[in-house]
Amino acid sequence: MLKISNLHARVEEKEILRGINLEVKPGEVHAIMGPNGSGKSTLASVLAGREDYEVTEGTVEFLGKDLLELAPEERAAEGIFLAFQYPVEIPGVTTVNFLKTAINQIRKYHGKDPIDAAQFLKLMKQKAKSVKIDDQLLRRSLNEGFSGGEKKRNEIFQMAMLEPQLGLLDETDSGLDIDALRIVADGVNELRSANRSFIVVTHYQRLLDYIVPDFVHVLYKGRIVKSGTKELALELEEKGYDWIKAEADAAEASVA
Amino acid sequence: MSNTDMQTQLLSDFQAYQNGLNGKAETPFNQLRRLAMDNFSNLGFPTTKHEEWKYSNVKKLVEKSYNFHPKSEAGEDELSALPIPDLAGNILYFINGIFHPELSTLQTPDDKLKIITLSQAITEFPDLLNEYYGKFTDNITESFTALNTAMANDGVVVFIPDNTTLEEPVIMRMIGDVREENVGSFVRNLVVVGKNAEVKIAESFRTLGEKSGFVNAVTEIIVGEDARVDYYKVQDDNDESFHIGTTQVYQKDRSYFYSATVTINGGFVRNNLNLILDGQHINSYMYGLYIPDKKQHIDNHTLVDHRKPNCQSNELYKGILMGKSTGVFNGKIFVQEDAQKTNAYQNCRNVIVSDSATMNTKPQLEIWADDVKCSHGTTTGKLNDDAIFYMQSRGIPKQEAIKLQLLAFAEDVVSQIKIDGIRNYLEVLIREKLHGN
Repeated sequence: MLKISNLHARVEEKEILRGINLEVKPGEVHAIMGPNGSGKSTLASVLAGREDYEVTEGTVEFLGKDLLELAPEERAAEGIFLAFQYPVEIPGVTTVNFLKTAINQIRKYHGKDPIDAAQFLKLMKQKAKSVKIDDQLLRRSLNEGFSGGEKKRNEIFQMAMLEPQLGLLDETDSGLDIDALRIVADGVNELRSANRSFIVVTHYQRLLDYIVPDFVHVLYKGRIVKSGTKELALELEEKGYDWIKAEADAAEASVA
Repeated sequence: MSNTDMQTQLLSDFQAYQNGLNGKAETPFNQLRRLAMDNFSNLGFPTTKHEEWKYSNVKKLVEKSYNFHPKSEAGEDELSALPIPDLAGNILYFINGIFHPELSTLQTPDDKLKIITLSQAITEFPDLLNEYYGKFTDNITESFTALNTAMANDGVVVFIPDNTTLEEPVIMRMIGDVREENVGSFVRNLVVVGKNAEVKIAESFRTLGEKSGFVNAVTEIIVGEDARVDYYKVQDDNDESFHIGTTQVYQKDRSYFYSATVTINGGFVRNNLNLILDGQHINSYMYGLYIPDKKQHIDNHTLVDHRKPNCQSNELYKGILMGKSTGVFNGKIFVQEDAQKTNAYQNCRNVIVSDSATMNTKPQLEIWADDVKCSHGTTTGKLNDDAIFYMQSRGIPKQEAIKLQLLAFAEDVVSQIKIDGIRNYLEVLIREKLHGN
């Protein structure tokens, strides 16, 4: 589904991704872990197409297409969804209106007619229930005045509505208490299927108790320095990142 | 100096009119006009050296030549080219500042709403005119207002008696007919809303034709004790037009006044909105929206004069500036010594969409009372890139994302307009304009 090869990206003069290789097959859940500043969130942003980052080298293939050639909205229409670490507040635009516009733009991209209003409302009610989000909240300006938990649930709700092929979760667990975390994880698990994949970016192992990954990768200084299964996450929880940093720094020194 | 050319032309027009008055020259009404003309000829047209005109240069206006006495043949056929769909209520048509009763429709019976021309009012309602006409406008230092007071000899008095609630709005459609030539016009209306009366009023400005129109408009609105007035000024003129208008509001005890000034199009627009709060427990709301593009220039000057205690005023003006347009917002709040317990809020927010657009904002608070709550704020910035990317990441193309945000920004001014036909008309115009940019 997704194949990242030797991906390099930078912000202004600072190189943040320094050769990422990762392949995600349909139905798989990959967790990306790593210390602060390792490039985890950058990877998610680059995949979603944020303009602040410049890709200097490498390729990303998504469902047979060159992802890096596509505008962010085209990536979304092709099936990529980024759940933001810091969802943006948009005054004056209700979640309902926003999602209707999004769904219709994606339908337009695929040459389909706009969604029937009744069908849209029905879909919305059903999905809102699954992430325990209040109907009234969706009639308010997008994320404006929402609590941290409400914002994150709204992200998962939007993902449920847009039914992407690949969900990118950027530190969705940050700032959530255990109850909110469980609701968010349940929402994600409900969306798991044989042909939908996820990349879960997280600093802590905690989220992975609820969203159990098939693979865990550790990102450090812009590279994946270790990959394993869910046991790797447990090991990181127990031992911290220092031993991995030391290993990686030693390996880099010996190459140099 | 071409400045003096227009001035000379107007002075000689005025003199010719005075010579034809035959004995009516000594009415108080005419004395006011002569005084105003004296003031105008002393003041002349303002230059950018004048503090109030620093960012709005009328040089291009005064260098043009205008016919101030045109004959317009515009009738129903021509006006149908300027529709406002589903507009219901009392609709008054003015062409080049002249009231056309034959084109107008009145729904409200005469005992609840009186519409009389100024010249009728001089003979039939001299007391009403003496009490209010030109009493609150600044004919001394404001040269365009003085000029209007001197020159305007048509227009109407709208009178709503005490304890009358008008279900049907009063809509004044000001059409500038500039199909044949440049036309200058003086629009002057007086609205008197009696005690405990209630009305919704709209003024719509449109141009018919491609030439330049110079509209000098003054509307006076008297809001009686416990009266409630909603007032909307909406402008969609051509790019050659000059509009210099003043809305002068005088509020009495416990009255409520709500205004929305929405400028969609116009070459050069200066709107003065002046409120005098001369009573207690008054509520005043001033909203504005301007969305200039190309080289359009839109200037809003507002003044709230708190004269008595326990009143509140609330102001929000919003601008979307595109192309090479320029905008000006100048908001004055005066709180007089007597006006204790005043609450006065002012906010002006602008979004600059293009690198070539500019906005000048100036809040001006002068407070002589000590127990008041006043605040003001202005922001001028670009659209939030994070919000645009957020929308894109959900499948909404960049241009759509920008439009959606701008529409949302404009929405809270327009959504409050209580005349359905006017609100719908504006929503369509705003969509069209943002779509074209």
